[in-house]
Amino acid sequence: MDTYLEKVPRERLVVVGNGMAAMRTVEELLRRAPDRYRITVIGAEPHPNYNRIMLSSVLAGEKTVDEIVINPFDWYEETGIELITGSQVTAIDPGAKTVTVGGETRAYDKLLLATGSKPLAPPIPGLGLPGVHAFRDIADVEAMIAASGKHHRAVVIGGGLLGLEAAWGLKRRGMAVAVVHLMPTLMDRQLDTAAGELLQRDLDARGIAFFTNGQTEEIIGTERAEGVQLADGREIPADLVVLAIGIRPNIDLARAAKLEINRGILVGDDMRTSAPDIYAVGECIEHNGQVFGLVAPIWEQAKVCGARLAGDDEAAYVPPPVFTMLKITGIDVFSAGALAAADEADDEITLHDAKRGVYKKVVLRDNRVVGSVLYGSAADGPWYVQLMREKADVSAFRDQLVFGRAFAEAAGAPAAALDIAAMPDSEQICDCNGVTKGRIREIIAARGLSTLDAVRAHTKASASCGQCTAKVEAILAHMGGTVVHNPDPPMCNCTDHGHDSVRASILARGLMTIAEIREALGWKTADGCQKCRPALNYYLVCAWPATYRDDPQSRFINERAHANIQKDGTFSVVPRMWGGLTNPTELRAIANAVEKYAIPTVKITGGQRIDMLGVGKDQLPNVWADLNQAGLVSGHAYAKGLRTVKTCVGSEWCRFGTQDSTGLGVKIEQMCWGSWTPHKVKLAVSGCPRNCAEATIKDIGVVCVDAGYDIVVGGNGGIEVRVTDHLVRVATEAEVLEYVGAVLQLYREEARYLERTAPWVARRGIEYVRERLVDDSDNRRALYARFHESQLPVQIDPWRQRAGGAEAHEYRALAEVE
Amino acid sequence: MPSDRWVEVGRLVDIPRRGARRVKGAGGDVPVAVFRTADDRVFALVDRCPHKAGPLSEGIVQGCAIACPLHGWVIDLETGEAEAPDEGRVPVVPVRVRAGRVFLSAAALGVGERAA
Repeated sequence: MDTYLEKVPRERLVVVGNGMAAMRTVEELLRRAPDRYRITVIGAEPHPNYNRIMLSSVLAGEKTVDEIVINPFDWYEETGIELITGSQVTAIDPGAKTVTVGGETRAYDKLLLATGSKPLAPPIPGLGLPGVHAFRDIADVEAMIAASGKHHRAVVIGGGLLGLEAAWGLKRRGMAVAVVHLMPTLMDRQLDTAAGELLQRDLDARGIAFFTNGQTEEIIGTERAEGVQLADGREIPADLVVLAIGIRPNIDLARAAKLEINRGILVGDDMRTSAPDIYAVGECIEHNGQVFGLVAPIWEQAKVCGARLAGDDEAAYVPPPVFTMLKITGIDVFSAGALAAADEADDEITLHDAKRGVYKKVVLRDNRVVGSVLYGSAADGPWYVQLMREKADVSAFRDQLVFGRAFAEAAGAPAAALDIAAMPDSEQICDCNGVTKGRIREIIAARGLSTLDAVRAHTKASASCGQCTAKVEAILAHMGGTVVHNPDPPMCNCTDHGHDSVRASILARGLMTIAEIREALGWKTADGCQKCRPALNYYLVCAWPATYRDDPQSRFINERAHANIQKDGTFSVVPRMWGGLTNPTELRAIANAVEKYAIPTVKITGGQRIDMLGVGKDQLPNVWADLNQAGLVSGHAYAKGLRTVKTCVGSEWCRFGTQDSTGLGVKIEQMCWGSWTPHKVKLAVSGCPRNCAEATIKDIGVVCVDAGYDIVVGGNGGIEVRVTDHLVRVATEAEVLEYVGAVLQLYREEARYLERTAPWVARRGIEYVRERLVDDSDNRRALYARFHESQLPVQIDPWRQRAGGAEAHEYRALAEVE
Repeated sequence: MPSDRWVEVGRLVDIPRRGARRVKGAGGDVPVAVFRTADDRVFALVDRCPHKAGPLSEGIVQGCAIACPLHGWVIDLETGEAEAPDEGRVPVVPVRVRAGRVFLSAAALGVGERAA
């Protein structure tokens, strides 16, 4: 186009590297001087710019590659940046001011080197074997995910931040994982011994094996990796070996171009290398003897370098305090600055509660915080970093310092808390990205932003580690914006945790009782409430079927009394009729009970059962005893569990029937009755596609066809009618039973309490359910096996137990007074 | 403390922790619900939610409150007041525990002679 800009010759900026440091620098530059350069970015990976920190979340299956892309390909095009991916720069000529890429020479006016780092790879024999991977880029993660699908045993070499995140990711992918670590305690660069030991204990409890003091001598194997041999003779079998012992600056290009280097490419406070028009940022540089691996100082470098490139001659790099967090769900680790007192002039204040797994240490120099290590409760981490950054004198509240912000502020520490109005514009909100309150306010006002996502998109605040999300939301809310929908909203007013996060913690931390959950997750009420208690009780029943003792006081009256309360305080009684079948003995017993106990109403239910309404609570055990005599058992019409399997008569009688739908319905009902589910579950089996049992609006439906059985899921005929999604077609009854059990178990394990299958399937998508059940037959069988396990302790007729005297207090008045 | 006559209605251990039992009154009177909290405090209310007359004794005890089983109103056990935004009040029945035995106010139950 023949525009003004095209007529003015612009300077040429070539960027070597398309990683986080490179593109952050470009963004900082564009923010200040959008039209100054024609920009070319050359990246070795075939991907757009992505968030490397989040690779561990991709490995753990918590995020997809698309979700960690920072700037998609479109962005480069819209911004007018020429992007060359999948290409290596092979040479730089600082004299001629050119780079060589793909055999082609390109001239630059300014060059930015952001070549990052390489995995540290000591000369261990066997490193080149197939099955040995680094943990550095998307290709590594894809290879590890592929290996986890085919192989079972993994060894991770390196017990630092990266190694542990890799180990956890592989564990989440179902592998047996061992970690080999050279030092006696884990994450020894970020944590002291006490915190490192707590971390090892917690990860050990999650099933990761550790070999500390372990020096790798050799990776064994002929065709591919078969194991790891340690120097002390220990040998660990493995099908996958991941090398994560550290990184070193990638300085090959700079060395060849004769730039000054040491461990990294040497730069000054202006981020300039020894060549005047070449700048460098990120993991490839060395500044004042320091090299970098964490994001906060690199963002600061990007800011300075972007300003310099934009023509600001004042901008200078000052390393900010750095901090580390481990991205393993449910493990709170935080570390910043000094790990320990350096000499007698320094002080350490520690709090160590090994039983609860809480450890806090603050390192002081001249009454100023210079370091902190937190384990088990990292919420105060950002506050300690703030004290470090402000070099605040803490002598006034030193006694309370280690107990955290709330205590210290009560003792006189300057309170800032989340008082948005009182917060100065200069306060740093996002430590990862160096974004202040003022900058967030500015952008919200200038662009009229109203959602968290938009603020993230414009400022990057809370877009990296997410710790400051609440603060960003508070600023947004303060300025009249709406806070966007939380994907896992708090369960109730007793807690900030959502259902999903609570369920994950139960499993990850091995929480066995409601009281343990409340304590471990910091419940705000002593007892919980009628919303969270039944949910927690169910989650524990589901997580620990063999050992958890059901808490009747945390169940709604219907499940506690095994009958449905009616509006007048009486109850209804619905015996089970397998597949809707009954017989003269059962019908006589029902008729007799109705007369004997003067039950006012008898009704046929929508699920092909008989409902007796208006029974006084004290009469329930007697009615049940009489019904039991005829072989009738509880129909669980009161339960968040299997209610009914509705059937049509099928091939036994119907001239259109293709299969024995009634018989199959009975088999399904006999397999599924008893277990608790997040909400009630109603099934149906229809004998032909005419679908007289209305299987396509049930939680799980089976529609018989000539060739077999169509299994459909997620239907509902209630408030919001939803037709089922088709899951799979199978050939045999045995397969139907396996699928039904597996679907129910997946629903039991993953849906939120009081979420019917219809909203659950709608929320997760039928594709997801298919992936877990149809595509992954091992997983389906494992779910089916777990379903049977969970059935063992519950397939006992609760009516018979209570007719025999169990829980008698539930049905009797405490006293009758005259 | 009310110094009236008291009627013994049972032992503390007969009421489950975080649970309730019913005491049936004389001829047609609304029963009384007797509650025991997690920390063994005992309260008694007329067993009738101010909303739609649900039996509070069938609800879930949480802290010092009860959630009605019919529509989830939450009633304070000490005052009988419904938790905001709902509005209503249930009559409180004086109760005391002596040596592991639970007594209700005879006057509140509307019964005569039996003293404790």
